[in-house]
Amino acid sequence: MELVIVAAAIMLGLGALGAAIGMGLLGGRLLEGTARQPELAAMLQGKMFLLAGLIDAVPIIGVGISMYLIFVVAPGVA
Amino acid sequence: MATETETFDTSAYISHHLQNLVYGKLPAGYEREGYDGHHEILEHAEWTWAHGSEEAAAMGFNAIHVDSLAWSFGLGLLFCLLFAAVARKATSGVPAGLQNFVEIVVDFIDSNVKDMFHGKNALVAPLALTIFVWVFLMNLMDLVPVDLVPKIMEAFGVNYHKIVPSTDPNITLGMALGVFILMIYYSLKVKGPVAFIKELSCQPFAPPTKGPAIILAPLLIAVNLFMEIVGLLAKPFSLGLRLFGNMYAGEMIFILIATMFVGGISIWFALGGLLQIGWAIFHILVITLQAFIFMVLTVVYLSMSHEDH
Repeated sequence: MELVIVAAAIMLGLGALGAAIGMGLLGGRLLEGTARQPELAAMLQGKMFLLAGLIDAVPIIGVGISMYLIFVVAPGVA
Repeated sequence: MATETETFDTSAYISHHLQNLVYGKLPAGYEREGYDGHHEILEHAEWTWAHGSEEAAAMGFNAIHVDSLAWSFGLGLLFCLLFAAVARKATSGVPAGLQNFVEIVVDFIDSNVKDMFHGKNALVAPLALTIFVWVFLMNLMDLVPVDLVPKIMEAFGVNYHKIVPSTDPNITLGMALGVFILMIYYSLKVKGPVAFIKELSCQPFAPPTKGPAIILAPLLIAVNLFMEIVGLLAKPFSLGLRLFGNMYAGEMIFILIATMFVGGISIWFALGGLLQIGWAIFHILVITLQAFIFMVLTVVYLSMSHEDH
């Protein structure tokens, strides 16, 4: 049982780490781009949301799987 | 009020919510446990409703997720009928009400497709509109309170019911497979079979065509083929799994918050309600974004299969 929870923790942690780096780069570049060319702000923001959704997907999938592990699989193997 | 037999089992509650309503073929010799507790052994393979996840697993390939199919077809029909009704009654003056909304959606999709799609194809914009609205409607079912429809169906004797079709990988991967077939079809049609195979085998490492290095060409072509085919197959797979994963995780969190309500009217009840509302508001962003991403990636992939190098 403990190993299932450790697995879920690793899944959540590494997923969050990768997504945080990605989001940081994305947001930073968006601000840089908008500061350089404010007239492109609307277009850049639209693309930013699209990419944010793409980055968000993998950790969210990780959250789903780890929730399943913690609340359904872990009580079963205890 | 909880007696010894009625204690709340969180993992059983979650599993119950994640189980589709399955109609399928049980193999011969399968030992069935009835609701009244007595066992019977099937003499012949039999088409029947599954009583729980074990029977659904025993059905293997011959299992139909009736609830996912019914809800997704119903929502697709709703989209078609609604948009067709608005289109038939459209006026050229200042649009009002529903027509306004439909025009905004169509305009939004049209401008996006014009930005992203560079080939010539009359199918892509309607396809994008269908995918966007259909996936959005399927995702929208996530915002219906998790126990509402299953409890109503239970009153009619249906024991399992999942109302969000996009939390079923069969639905999302099925849609992705449809997109994949279109990608292959247009690659073969627009580029031609020769150019398509050349694109798969001569990138990213161009094989040498003259000199002694030509003996390396088959090796490079094999490496290219492997990499490009993996890349090609990864597209529909990631497309379907991304939508499924996001909706599954969202649904999972709704179900987990719903387990807080068993505490009765207490601090947990109020906190659970607040969390449910908060997550639902955040989820409005996620469902729209995922529908939009599914549509954008479909258009981008189709655009790639229309491009000649």
